[in-house]
Amino acid sequence: MDNSSQLVQYVLSGLSNGAIYALIGFGFAIIHNATGILNFAQGEFVMLGGMFTIFILSFLNLPLAAAIVLAIILSTLVGILFERLAIRPLKNIKPLSLVIITIGASIFIRGAAMLIWGKDTHALPAFSSNNPLYVYGATIMPQHLWIFGITLLIIIVNKLFFSYSILGKAMRACAYNAHAASLVGIDVKIMVLLSFAVSAAIGSMAGIIIAPLTMTSYDVGIMLGIKGFCAVIIGGMSSGLGTVLGGLLLGLLESLGAGYISASYKDAIAFIILLLILFIRPEGLFKQKETQRV
Amino acid sequence: MFKVEGITQIFGGLTALEDVSFSVAPRSITGIIGPNGAGKTTLFNIVTGLYTQTKGQVYLGGKNISFFEPEILARLGLVRTFQNVELFGQMSVLENVMVGLHTKSKSGIFSCAFKLPGQIKEEKIVRIKAQQWLEFTGLADSADVAACNLPFGKGRLLEISRAMAVEPQIILMDEPAAGLNSRETAGLAELIRKIQALGTTIILVEHDMELVMDVCESIVVLNLGKKLAHGTPREIQENKAVIAAYLGED
Repeated sequence: MDNSSQLVQYVLSGLSNGAIYALIGFGFAIIHNATGILNFAQGEFVMLGGMFTIFILSFLNLPLAAAIVLAIILSTLVGILFERLAIRPLKNIKPLSLVIITIGASIFIRGAAMLIWGKDTHALPAFSSNNPLYVYGATIMPQHLWIFGITLLIIIVNKLFFSYSILGKAMRACAYNAHAASLVGIDVKIMVLLSFAVSAAIGSMAGIIIAPLTMTSYDVGIMLGIKGFCAVIIGGMSSGLGTVLGGLLLGLLESLGAGYISASYKDAIAFIILLLILFIRPEGLFKQKETQRV
Repeated sequence: MFKVEGITQIFGGLTALEDVSFSVAPRSITGIIGPNGAGKTTLFNIVTGLYTQTKGQVYLGGKNISFFEPEILARLGLVRTFQNVELFGQMSVLENVMVGLHTKSKSGIFSCAFKLPGQIKEEKIVRIKAQQWLEFTGLADSADVAACNLPFGKGRLLEISRAMAVEPQIILMDEPAAGLNSRETAGLAELIRKIQALGTTIILVEHDMELVMDVCESIVVLNLGKKLAHGTPREIQENKAVIAAYLGED
């Protein structure tokens, strides 16, 4: 493989990982915007997506597409249960305490997954063929195309939902001013529940589309969760373009760093970026400074 | 008809409101006045479900709404505006009003999330209605501006537009004239009358006496958490106890 095709290879795999990070980041942003909570159980939804799909495939013998839909529904239900059982009962509590609760929930979900499915690593079959395609000398799996396509679709639906639907607007209104939203008749509790459901659904989709490439196990949520968190921090907690760019940037740097420096630094790169952003531009790379009213 | 009965609010050892009762005729404009710390905003916060009163009841149209959550109250037709304008800052002026129409949208959460054609039609209707409310308050020109970039006076109008989009029976306004210049205040008086003409009951807490005496048909005076007087503007202006409370005479 010559230098240029190597570069294309790194860029392609970086972008596809980055797309996944962006989706996971969306989950963080949607819940954070609706509630002010950083949901550190977000990575577990990602894990659940992949694990549920594998479980359904092997035990129920359903076709892959049906298994995926069912897995997304189950993960969404877990998200809803999580909100009902762990978040809503504690309504007059500081966001920081809720953040700690989400860490507890993530440990709980991971532990339960380990008990139920064991510690083995599982592979999900690719959505379509396993024959690689060649682009400028780099190999690309059809699964990469699925990742790009599905990510793009989710981004578009997400954008349409929050910009144009009344329900999406109501959710945004809660994010900007929950107090005022309740006074025009928006049920903030429902919006919070919905934000958990949507985040769980998007997170589980991310987990499902990446599982054929990277395999999955009960503990993949930790690292993927952190990467998604990093993407959303770069994107300034937006559930829009900023986080998409943040995810892609992180994926690219990771893949180039692993390729040209050392593969053992792959995960360290995410942490370095996370720390740099938090030190230097905690409002995110792409966010404009709030304009002050004169 | 709107009625509060025996409202008492105790914060720790401090009695912010003590046994306050009054009723408001439908489609009337009532002013609540009183020196700072009289308990006016506390009363608003109780009525709109933000505080839970120590004692007392609130009725709207014969229904006891004492301990309802704010969003339920809004759906029953009771809305408010704030002294410090509270908007959805990053959303456009039009979108702010559209959110106010959220409760009026017919399709439930799931039908509207999944049925695209119905969703598009609904969004169109809501957009048109929101536009009409902006014309009603005179904000139509600013429809696409982000709410956080509006000058203060227009922000206040937007808050009123958003509240009116709920098509309330009763609207409570907390110091609507605060921070407005005299021209804007005159416009506000006219808008308040237009809101009344729609059949909406209005209650305002206000320090601008000129505005209160101009638009209000009845006035409730609070002082140190107690109701001091309730009457027409003329009666209130002549009430000795009220004059004493304002001027500090014995």
